[in-house]
Amino acid sequence: MISQFFVLSQRGDSIVFRDYRGDVPKGSAEIFFRKVKFWKEDGGEEAPPVFNVDGVNYFHVKVVGLLFVATSRTNLSPSLVLELLQRISRVIKDYLGVLNEDSLRKNFVLVYELLDEVVDFGYVQTTSTEILKSYIFNEPIMIDAGRLPPLGPAAMFMQGTKRMPGTAITKSVVANEPGGRKREEIFVDIIEKISITFSSSGYILTSEIDGTIQMKSYLTGNPEIRLALNEDLSIGRAGGRSVYDYGGSAGSGAVILDDCNFHESVHLDSFDVDRTLTLVPPDGEFPVMNYRITQEFKPPFRINTLIEEAGSLKAEVILKIRAEFPSDITANTILVQMPLPTYTSRVSFELEPGAVGQTTDFKESNKRLEWSLKKVLGVSDHTLRAKLTFSQESHGNITKEAGPVSMTFTIPMYNPSRLQVKYLQIAKKSKTYNPYRWVRYVTQANSYVARI
Amino acid sequence: MFQSIPHADAILLKRIKIQSMAPPAQTHRSPSPSQPSGKGEVSDLKMQLRQLAGSRAPGTDDAKRELFKKVISCMTIGIDVSSVFSEMVMCSATSDIVLKKMCYLYVGNYAKHNPDLALLTINFLQRDCKDEDPMIRGLALRSLCSLRVTNLVEYLVGPLGSGLKDSNGYVRTVASIGVLKLYHISASTCMDADFPATLKHLMLNDRDAQVVANCLCALQEIWGLEATKSEEAATERETLLSKPLIYYLLNRFKEFSEWAQCAVLELVSKYVPSDSDEIFDMMNLLEDRLQHANGAVVLATIKLFLQLTLSMADIHQQVYERIKAPLLTLVSSGGPEQSYAVLSHLHLLVMRAPYIFSADYKHFYCQYNEPFYVKKLKLEMLTAVANESNTYEIVTELCEYAANVDIPMARESIRAVGKIALQQYDVNAIVDRLLQFLEMEKDHVTAETLVLVKDLLRKYPQWSHDCIAVVGNISSKNVQEPKAKAALIWMLGEYAQDMQDAPYVLESLIENWEEENSAEVRLHLLTAVVKCFFRRPPETQKALGAALAAGINDFHQDVHDRALLYYRLLQYNVFIAERVVNPPKQAVSVFADTQSSEIKDRIFDEFNSLSVVYQKPSYMFTDKEHRGPFAFSEEIGNLSIGAESTDNVVPAQRIEANDKDLLLSTSDKEESKGSSHNDSAYNAPGYDGSLAASSQADLVSLDYKPTPNVPSATFAIDDLLGLGLPATATPPPSPPVLKLNTKAALEPNAFQQKWRQLPISISQETSINPQGVAAMTSPQTLIRHMQGHSIHCIASGGQAPNFKFFLYAQKAEEPATYLVECIVNSSSCKVQLKIKADDQSTSQAFSELFQSALSKFGFL
Repeated sequence: MISQFFVLSQRGDSIVFRDYRGDVPKGSAEIFFRKVKFWKEDGGEEAPPVFNVDGVNYFHVKVVGLLFVATSRTNLSPSLVLELLQRISRVIKDYLGVLNEDSLRKNFVLVYELLDEVVDFGYVQTTSTEILKSYIFNEPIMIDAGRLPPLGPAAMFMQGTKRMPGTAITKSVVANEPGGRKREEIFVDIIEKISITFSSSGYILTSEIDGTIQMKSYLTGNPEIRLALNEDLSIGRAGGRSVYDYGGSAGSGAVILDDCNFHESVHLDSFDVDRTLTLVPPDGEFPVMNYRITQEFKPPFRINTLIEEAGSLKAEVILKIRAEFPSDITANTILVQMPLPTYTSRVSFELEPGAVGQTTDFKESNKRLEWSLKKVLGVSDHTLRAKLTFSQESHGNITKEAGPVSMTFTIPMYNPSRLQVKYLQIAKKSKTYNPYRWVRYVTQANSYVARI
Repeated sequence: MFQSIPHADAILLKRIKIQSMAPPAQTHRSPSPSQPSGKGEVSDLKMQLRQLAGSRAPGTDDAKRELFKKVISCMTIGIDVSSVFSEMVMCSATSDIVLKKMCYLYVGNYAKHNPDLALLTINFLQRDCKDEDPMIRGLALRSLCSLRVTNLVEYLVGPLGSGLKDSNGYVRTVASIGVLKLYHISASTCMDADFPATLKHLMLNDRDAQVVANCLCALQEIWGLEATKSEEAATERETLLSKPLIYYLLNRFKEFSEWAQCAVLELVSKYVPSDSDEIFDMMNLLEDRLQHANGAVVLATIKLFLQLTLSMADIHQQVYERIKAPLLTLVSSGGPEQSYAVLSHLHLLVMRAPYIFSADYKHFYCQYNEPFYVKKLKLEMLTAVANESNTYEIVTELCEYAANVDIPMARESIRAVGKIALQQYDVNAIVDRLLQFLEMEKDHVTAETLVLVKDLLRKYPQWSHDCIAVVGNISSKNVQEPKAKAALIWMLGEYAQDMQDAPYVLESLIENWEEENSAEVRLHLLTAVVKCFFRRPPETQKALGAALAAGINDFHQDVHDRALLYYRLLQYNVFIAERVVNPPKQAVSVFADTQSSEIKDRIFDEFNSLSVVYQKPSYMFTDKEHRGPFAFSEEIGNLSIGAESTDNVVPAQRIEANDKDLLLSTSDKEESKGSSHNDSAYNAPGYDGSLAASSQADLVSLDYKPTPNVPSATFAIDDLLGLGLPATATPPPSPPVLKLNTKAALEPNAFQQKWRQLPISISQETSINPQGVAAMTSPQTLIRHMQGHSIHCIASGGQAPNFKFFLYAQKAEEPATYLVECIVNSSSCKVQLKIKADDQSTSQAFSELFQSALSKFGFL
């Protein structure tokens, strides 16, 4: 059982603080914050999510820059507490629509109300937004979502296509639309995070897709939903080591999941037969299914790096990225980074003529090259030339002193696994009942690395 | 700063002593506009609340809400607003539930430190407990139980009693946790009201699954704490693990929330099924839990499966195979924090059964954006799963990390390569890789690699030729880290004949003696120069003289002593000196593990807890009273750890002292080992006794023990502990008849300490009378029986058929203690005994006495 729960801002102020058991001495929030801020143990610079100071265990998760913390004196399951912290943040987000420091500060009384029902004397009672609804009486105070910088996975939909009304995903589960009527709608997001490591010769060393089907329901009366996936979907791979068995099949063939897990509301009765998930979605946001794929897929980007030495104190780096996804798709917020030799003193950049929305930077402090591109259309090439000046002669091989090149990006309406929601069926209450259904796909780079 | 100032009109307050709390630390921070921070504002609030208290004007509630919010906001940021307590209470007469909730929150926060004020609230809370709205009843009851004021417990019993019988499930969930709260405020009140029995009834009958779960949690805590005081509670605690209850909970399993499921799974994992059918039934029932999106449920299920199958090796392995995919999925889904918690558990499993995961090594490759603590776990897993078929790829990957710009990561990766090299048979390629690191000319890479090359050479002396060629090219000026420097110096001394300029490199290092800050390096320098001298006397003589002179004048005791020892040895006889300082060596083949297998097993038993993340058993980081509902039995485990790990805890510390050297012994200690292999040197004819004695004294102070080649590790350890060699050789004279002190007393801590320190003097298996077993309805019966024979129990635990006891006795006439670990298997009637004694000569006599006492058990 946990002893305390609190939320700290980036500066370390308590935004909410709830003591459930009174067995942890005062000042735990300060002790925790100091420890996290000045972490210097085990050679790392970042505090692990769980640590012990003077017999008190501190658990924390970071959510939109805030620290959600629990303390305990007992030897608990770390998974349970960290999962709980994540769920608390999700419940709060369901209620407030937008979760950030400002909305928390404005709604702290509501948050206290939630906290009282979620945990009693350190024992979890419920984290279901649905069940909590009947115990919560405060009305959320909305903050102006329009002016907020987009945060979190849902926000990625706001940039690329114009399909989504911007407010939908920042809507509280309890608040009504202006005009008093609730809009009947349901969102199903297929979010895939991809990790690839390319060898220096461009060969794929490892690749993995970590996918989630996330749902957020604003349907009244909790109708049953059927979610049909690819019929040829299969789960489990013999042996587990056959990463390359399917090499070259990237353009066709079945979707093979290594493994997956499901939200507790999901019924799998017909899943084995027709790959259909049946569920009564509870209110709020939740993952219907998480899956993992190591089947080879076509990487959306190829990275080419060339380093040419030009005399003893100079070198040129040529970075080339090629978008290999279809031309009707656009990737957003692309950032290419590359550590340069520590003795690099100056870098001058040369972009392609006519390049739009691209910026370059040399981060002096950590000797890192950064190249950001606002948009990249499918099937296109982009090149950056960087001339490096060294403060000392390089000893030998520059490639051993620089790299690897890493990339982050977001590609809306594209998913490399080709997992699809074939249809989304809502049990009809009446003939006129026809809620909005949004099925959205997005791909994000998790660890996208090319060695040089 | 924020002392509450009684207002002139504070008639009410006259009776109440207001305790001012220490000013909160963060009040100087600039508060956000909505958060009042000063004294003025607190008294402002007080005034405004007072005005509203009696008002019935429309809109009053809204105004109150705003004020209450301000008060709670102050409370959150640490401003003491206890001075408005009475006003808050006065304002609480409302039907607005939001207001009520804020008021309850406020009251709960300040009641404990203002018990007099808390009395004010009892009235309205009690009234609300009878409200017709179940929500209000629940809220009021929860707040009432949260006051944490001892004087007020009498007001709790009534509302709690009716709360437990309430028709509404919500109220009953609140009431069941309320009982636990009451227990923590006043255990006696709770027990006197017989609430635990009511909880038990609810647990077995309530239709609301959350009530059942809360009762279970409350009972686990209450009986866990009571068990140390009363036998009855200990029995009750045992019944939580009885078959009917476990089956009852499993039958209702699907009704529980995911969190309650975790609690039930944790309980079930302590249950011992009677046969394998039961095990398979349980596993089939719960298998779908492995596909749950909540990592806590999955880990709790895995723990249960692992515990259930512990004695079924093949099924146990199948469980490993089965849980692999779900664990990997959990690691890659969810937030980085949850992923870390799961990864820690995966790490534990990989370390236990690396071969099962050896094909999955690619999952343990590090991603560039992962935090260091994750990478470190992954590197350890990669090291563990490396075998003939995947080593090449793993080492190739690790070499990429070694070239990484992230220095701690590069270091860890090099160490990982080294560890793989040390655990493999075919190290050819790895040695080449390591040597390539030296050519990278990055100081931190060179430093780490040197340390590893040294260790490698000690295991594979046959590689010396290749290594020395590369190491010889390293300029000692580029090596600054003490450990790396020490490694280089060791190699210079050890391979002086192969490294052409060894004497000169050593000489230049000795010239800078004064600047060398690390005593470790200076010690190595002394040894290396002496070794070099034996091989190449003319070239080294000058350096040796300088080193001995500098060493003898050194302020560091160990350096001084070692220099003096070498000087005297050399003065006495160079050949003998060589045999002492540089005897022929055997390659090191065994690696010390940093953790004993007992500690690892203990951590495994505590699967799905912080022990796994911290990589230490709970007794190392948790106070006794917080070890959870099964604290007592855990303490026994703790004791047994203390016992069996003696021979491991100490090396672990030594390893730490040696800054995590990969091999157990540093080069010096290895030399001492070498000398022990060669101990005939000490019996060499013509060996002057007096010198031997004096040098031996020096040897001891330098940790060069001429220990005879003792097979048992414990002896050496006792030595390290400074206990002196136990009287191993001399058999004890036959002891007089042993009499035990009937009033022996020993503190649990003292027991634990002794148990850790003493070696096991007798370990044997015996049997117990079947009648005795029949009499053993609970551990208590045996404990009482042994007490009649002046043998006292300090801790006991376990369930049928396995009971474990820790007992002690003392000699009647002198304070010599005997400690016993006794494991009784009631189904096989076998008893395992481990006896430790202060006076080892009498342990046999004691053992006989103990067994005779045991044999009488059951004939009462």
